[in-house]
Amino acid sequence: MSEPLGVRVAGLSKGLRQAGGVLPVLDNLTFDVPPGRFISLLGPSGAGKSTLLGILAGLDAPSAGTVTLYGSGGPRTGPLLGQVGYMPQRSLLLPWRSALDNAVVGLEVRGVPQTEARAAALALFREFGLSEFATSPPAALSGGMRQRVSFARSALAARGLLLLDEPFGALDALTRAAMQEWLLGVWERLATTVILVTHDVDEAVLLSDTVYVLTPRPARIAHQVAVTLPRPRLLESTATPEFAERRAELLAALRAAGSLADGTRREVAR
Amino acid sequence: MSRARRVVYRVVPPALTVVVLLLCWEGYVRLTGVPRRILPAPSAVGEVLISDAAILRDQAWVTLVETALGFALAMIVGLGFAMLIDRSALLRRAIYPLLVASQTVPSIAYAPLLIIWFGYGILPKVLVVLVYCFFPVTVAALDGFRATDPDLIRLFRTFGASGRQIFTRVRFPHALPAVFSGIRIAITYSVTGAIVGEYVGAAQGLGIYIQRQKNSFAVDRVFAAILVVTLLSVGLFALVALIERLAIPWHVHAASPDRPV
Repeated sequence: MSEPLGVRVAGLSKGLRQAGGVLPVLDNLTFDVPPGRFISLLGPSGAGKSTLLGILAGLDAPSAGTVTLYGSGGPRTGPLLGQVGYMPQRSLLLPWRSALDNAVVGLEVRGVPQTEARAAALALFREFGLSEFATSPPAALSGGMRQRVSFARSALAARGLLLLDEPFGALDALTRAAMQEWLLGVWERLATTVILVTHDVDEAVLLSDTVYVLTPRPARIAHQVAVTLPRPRLLESTATPEFAERRAELLAALRAAGSLADGTRREVAR
Repeated sequence: MSRARRVVYRVVPPALTVVVLLLCWEGYVRLTGVPRRILPAPSAVGEVLISDAAILRDQAWVTLVETALGFALAMIVGLGFAMLIDRSALLRRAIYPLLVASQTVPSIAYAPLLIIWFGYGILPKVLVVLVYCFFPVTVAALDGFRATDPDLIRLFRTFGASGRQIFTRVRFPHALPAVFSGIRIAITYSVTGAIVGEYVGAAQGLGIYIQRQKNSFAVDRVFAAILVVTLLSVGLFALVALIERLAIPWHVHAASPDRPV
């Protein structure tokens, strides 16, 4: 299996061309995610988090700056597309394919033989608690199960670095909690690098080694918090004093960055 | 509701309507004594259907072959145009207006030209069916291709998928429900196309049969042939609906009149 990849982001900026000028979205972001780490990008909606993931995935070009993947053998060259796994917020499973056939599309596109691809997917399905759903159509799966299949699909497509774009944002609170614990277990076994985009403070603390707090648009890194909660973590980890401290630190950083102020909503309330 | 009851629920009301209408028609003809060469009673049409069954069957077969060939070509041409136009904005601008224009020319106007060029055989009819049917397929397929979720396309790009891979794995299957909507429209036109083609000149087929019977005031035979044309159209439509259910089982379309919208 492939080794986890690190990613070095240097001086990354992005502006979106609009009527009447350029809207700055990302402002000179620099950070380094070592191989095998789980980091979160925490910021308000519309901060440009998804734009950043689009650039890291190779879908969009930055206005300035560089993104470099690296492994134990040094920097990786070649396009990011096809090297970085990307999991969108919606599961986006193809309704005409079974769960397993959905999971193999990334390998299929790369030309991996059918039997080999299916064997790899089945192994992952066993690991993910999905075995009994392999032949089910997506319509027969719950929201949480669909996200697991979606995660398996992205992990199979590129195991070294996974970008998760608010993967649990659309789930109800209990399902989300269950999925967070599931992801903790899966990540500890997969040995992969994960960059998670979220606006959920608790989720960021529970899952991550490091949390970067982003400012409202244009996104800059306002603060960086290292979470040293021991692993393996469970949902019960959220009841520890250290969790509460990190949470308080992040909330303070969000407030200082202006990410907790929502002027428009307050005006409406009045 | 059980399956049997559902069938009864769907079949009985329209069947009852037809029976009532036929009874009114029969009663009107008998009471007023309208001559058979003006308006034959349903029973008279029924007699013709039985006595001329062999002739009608042969004519229907000719029309069916023309329709099927023309329709198959229309699917190929229709999808072909859609895929071509989908590839580039330039091709879209170059071709699309011509396709629209091709639909505005009355078929009855150009059909005689086809007879002059290709004779009284099967080819002119096939061509009329083709021109009748390809357009709904093209428009529907184009809409389907363009309606594909952009996030899904972005996801496939992160897999390193090429434009062709994205088309075959995502956009084409995604467009199939829309394509079938176009096909359902096209199939209802198809038999009419063949009939029009035969009307302007043919050796055989239901269209020329109707033409000849009309000229000799055999109105009962005209009615019998119209009934066969209708059955042909409905049968083809049902066939398409069946193929659709088998081809895209994941998609439940809302076209069924029993389904609340």
